[in-house]
Amino acid sequence: MFRLYLSTQADIRAYEKESVRKKVTMNSRGLRSQLKDSVPVAGLCPQGAYGVQDSLRSGFTSVKNELLPSHPLELSEKNFQLNQDKINFSTLRNIQGLHAPLKLQMEYRAARQIQRLPFLPSSNLALDTLRGSDECIGFEDILCDPGQSEVMGEPHMMVEYKLGLL
Amino acid sequence: MALSTVLETPGAGFNFENATRNAALEGLFGGGQTPKPLKTGTTIAGVVFKDGVVLGADTRATSSEVVADKMCAKIHYISPNIYCCGAGTAADTEKTTDLLSSNLSIFSLNSGRNPRVVMAVNILQDMLYRYHGQIGANLILGGVDCTGNHLYTVGPYGDINKVPYLAMGSGDLAALGILEDGFKHNLELEEAKELVRASIHAGIMSDLGSGNNTDICVITKQGVDYIRPYQESEYKDKRNIKYRYRPGTTPVLTEKVVTLKLEVVQEAVQKMDTA
Repeated sequence: MFRLYLSTQADIRAYEKESVRKKVTMNSRGLRSQLKDSVPVAGLCPQGAYGVQDSLRSGFTSVKNELLPSHPLELSEKNFQLNQDKINFSTLRNIQGLHAPLKLQMEYRAARQIQRLPFLPSSNLALDTLRGSDECIGFEDILCDPGQSEVMGEPHMMVEYKLGLL
Repeated sequence: MALSTVLETPGAGFNFENATRNAALEGLFGGGQTPKPLKTGTTIAGVVFKDGVVLGADTRATSSEVVADKMCAKIHYISPNIYCCGAGTAADTEKTTDLLSSNLSIFSLNSGRNPRVVMAVNILQDMLYRYHGQIGANLILGGVDCTGNHLYTVGPYGDINKVPYLAMGSGDLAALGILEDGFKHNLELEEAKELVRASIHAGIMSDLGSGNNTDICVITKQGVDYIRPYQESEYKDKRNIKYRYRPGTTPVLTEKVVTLKLEVVQEAVQKMDTA
């Protein structure tokens, strides 16, 4: 039998107090590698014309808010599906050769294009079946269901944003 | 009402929009006064015996220094042959075990088999490692399947350990003392139940976060016996008066009744095909 926790409650409280005092909110050491290959995320880059922050829509700017995520899991969760796919495809390539991930990625691309208009919820049925996530339930099926969200976007603006005309 | 600030549908799953705001709010409180989540400062234990697995747990749920629930159920159902005790943040253990149970029932519907305990453990490992310990769930999984009787522990980061006897939670040191002293391989049912009861009792007596009653769950090939409570605590508070107020205690000033008039506009009967 081994002890799973090496720090006592007193240590954890002291660490929390110290980090609040020094305004340390998270360990940003491993972030560079996560930020490097990540897909550009709308929340972390300025929207609006000419790449300048659109104060009317998104409020005032803060460089820290844009460069660093505020929660340790934010980046890894945003890119989780992409990273999983990358790992799986590279393993498949190493085992079976280049043709296997190429064929699968062709199918994924085709399935990803089956979407409804931006403001309507798409079922992504073909994509889910290919990934195998139609037989799994995770937090993304329970929390923040887009079909039950409290806010609704303006349809015309969402289509224009999707097409890049905004 | 359509908002013009929303340009993309929000993604499903965890939403971190309020994380900066929460961090700033915590700074305002000056450390130590933010509301704490409901934790199950707990004693949970499990023992593998000759015909199966016995799991035991106390029933107290605390919210910092206050007892929030005196009869909390810490042994969760995963599948007909697997049960799980949870320590840590109460909501996290509940939701994680619910998700695990749903995934396993989809699997058994698809394949027509009872799930194995290793499958449950692997699913939990993947799920908990993905969230890097932010989900505070320390779980003891016990079950009987075609390969035998198994007892596993899963930590919040996804580390697992497969052992014949186990205790977790804030009262685990006391419980482990009793288990280390009394455990033997191939115990009988009554001896195993008594051993688990004694270990949980030691945890209840020595730890502030554990208390009230003891639940026991016996899993064997024949079925599951979930005894709740197995042992009630001797210290029960007896309320001297009832705290229910008679109708009329608060004076009624005015009363206005509005009848909701509903009229049948259209009636359609559709026969259900129950062949």
